[in-house]
Amino acid sequence: MSGRALVSDAMAPAPVPGGEPLLRVEGLVKHFTTDRGLLGSGAVLHAVDGVDLEVRPGEVLAVVGESGSGKSTLARCILRLLDPTAGRIVFDGVDVTGLRGRQLAAFRQQVQPVFQDPFSSIDPRWRVGHSVAESLNAFRIGTKAERRERVLDLLDRVGLDPSLANRRPHELSGGQRQRVGIAAALAPAPKLIVADEPVSALDVSVQAQVLNLLADLRRDLGLAIVFVAHDLAVVEHISHRTAVMYLGRIVETGPTGAVFRDPKHPYTKALLEAIPHPDPEHEPAGGGLQGEIPSAIAPPSGCRFRTRCPVAIERCATEDPAMTSFGGAHDAACHVAAAELTAT
Amino acid sequence: MSAPAPLLALEHVHVGFATDEGVVSAVSDVSLAVNAGEIFGLVGESGCGKTTLAMAAMGLLPHSASVHGAVRFEGRDLVGLPEEDLRRLRGDRISMVFQDPMTSLDPAFPIGDQVAETIRAHRDVDKQQARARALELLAGVGIPEPERRYGDAPHRLSGGMRQRVVIATALANEPALLLADEPTTALDVTIQSQVLDLLRDLRARLRTTIVLITHDLGVIAQICDRVGVMYAGQLVEVAPVADIFRAPRHPYTQALLAALPSQQQEPGTLRVIPGRVPNLVTPPPGCRFAGRCPSVMDVCTTVPPLAHETDAHLIACWLSEATKRAGAPAGAAAGGAA
Repeated sequence: MSGRALVSDAMAPAPVPGGEPLLRVEGLVKHFTTDRGLLGSGAVLHAVDGVDLEVRPGEVLAVVGESGSGKSTLARCILRLLDPTAGRIVFDGVDVTGLRGRQLAAFRQQVQPVFQDPFSSIDPRWRVGHSVAESLNAFRIGTKAERRERVLDLLDRVGLDPSLANRRPHELSGGQRQRVGIAAALAPAPKLIVADEPVSALDVSVQAQVLNLLADLRRDLGLAIVFVAHDLAVVEHISHRTAVMYLGRIVETGPTGAVFRDPKHPYTKALLEAIPHPDPEHEPAGGGLQGEIPSAIAPPSGCRFRTRCPVAIERCATEDPAMTSFGGAHDAACHVAAAELTAT
Repeated sequence: MSAPAPLLALEHVHVGFATDEGVVSAVSDVSLAVNAGEIFGLVGESGCGKTTLAMAAMGLLPHSASVHGAVRFEGRDLVGLPEEDLRRLRGDRISMVFQDPMTSLDPAFPIGDQVAETIRAHRDVDKQQARARALELLAGVGIPEPERRYGDAPHRLSGGMRQRVVIATALANEPALLLADEPTTALDVTIQSQVLDLLRDLRARLRTTIVLITHDLGVIAQICDRVGVMYAGQLVEVAPVADIFRAPRHPYTQALLAALPSQQQEPGTLRVIPGRVPNLVTPPPGCRFAGRCPSVMDVCTTVPPLAHETDAHLIACWLSEATKRAGAPAGAAAGGAA
């Protein structure tokens, strides 16, 4: 990472150590078959269509995109909540794509989810302590007394008063609930957290608290985080690297600072321009994107973004653009950007 | 400067909700004027009362709510108006757009018919005329091929297209006032910017007055002329949008802006607002932000009146000279739900 990184020392200390990636996703494909879709039976929805990515220990990778980009499907595949159609997921040097039974359980201790609304997946009748202890119980970690101790430690670690252990979810605020969700994810001492829109349901002031918490945890525990979000403004401050997804593909990836300051792909540019800036002087550049994301059942030929792209050329309809390196681990898949690169 | 009377004027509006724990003071003594032709933003976090205030203005609150004060629309007080009269106003002179378009659309009916129905509910036109007008409206909000789309059920449309249909319905009878509650919150950013463009364009074309309720300061900055900031049921600051962002005066507005990820000028941990929103069953006396305010003083236990710092900039904070000059109104109550 360059010294000009937008993230602070506190949030992103030192370049992330090199060496072996903790997580490697190779050629990941996830197709869903619709039973009786609009296009007749057996239509195939290309939710994720050939994704490669890597996450190193202690690194935060942001995956951003709009609804239908496939980012949540990707997250669920990494968590092994969905079985990929093709491709490999390698965690800590081990291919985990086809793990079953006890080995899958061991993998799940290492890779924990944080969802947008943690209590959508937790029994609302359970007390907070019970929810946090759930994975400890499931994985049979520690004695009963040790688990109890660990739950109180975890609540304290995420900035909650341990006395909240006896409360029920509805008694908590949205920010407190998300802290409980994070505590539950931390319980089995994972190496990787996959967080799917963890702050998008929270108010601005609470959002900042939860982002700071995640940054602290990353620093103190050396956690790696895959942070899935639609909100680019949030991602800029927590991630080392950013991957931008559109219709099942990663169209651009690079150090977060580079992607935000010097986006290469027209979609990334459009996404950045569409963020409503909290500055009335800010003139939105250009007219913004026209149209909507096409159906993933029948994605456009060639470059999938071409139907909305302001700079598309003929070649974009016929030839799928390959990832081109723009230097400094900054890559984008765009014929036009690649042509500009060779022209200079 | 003989300003024309405002289109919408809220005067000392209080809203309380009866709950098992007691009365929740959701809106406390809010006074506010919205001028014809402007886009007025109402911003604040969950539970600040911004939606309750709008619902109160429309007479849409449940029976557990008690509303006091006056809501003058085109000079007439809507509080306590018979339901029949309110119904005649809604969808005609005033209309609303909500966050989730499916709260406004009937999932079983063709979208075109839903727009046409709204016209026929308030205007004496035949089916053909209503259909023609509905097609015009659908085209006007950017629905491609409206004739082909007219018969589609809402589920055939994307979220952005559904919200356009809701906006077309809201505009069907050329309302004087459009209340839009988080109209783009459920949409993707690129679609959000299309819908914001549409609202901006409507105001320019039809001179529709828009009250936009949102938690998103970015949206406020991009589309509003003036903005009111609410905290825990109190209106704490009102100003032209440029002033709010360039020179926020209320400590809450300042803290809210500072907590925005994009507001971090220099690298650093995101700034947060310590503490929590007070319980509104037993709200603190005086300024409700006092418990979290870095500049809290003894006097903050008295409700600070909203006062003119300049012609256009109003603030309710004892740090402000204007508030001090306005002074504590005699017998300033604890801002309860009355």
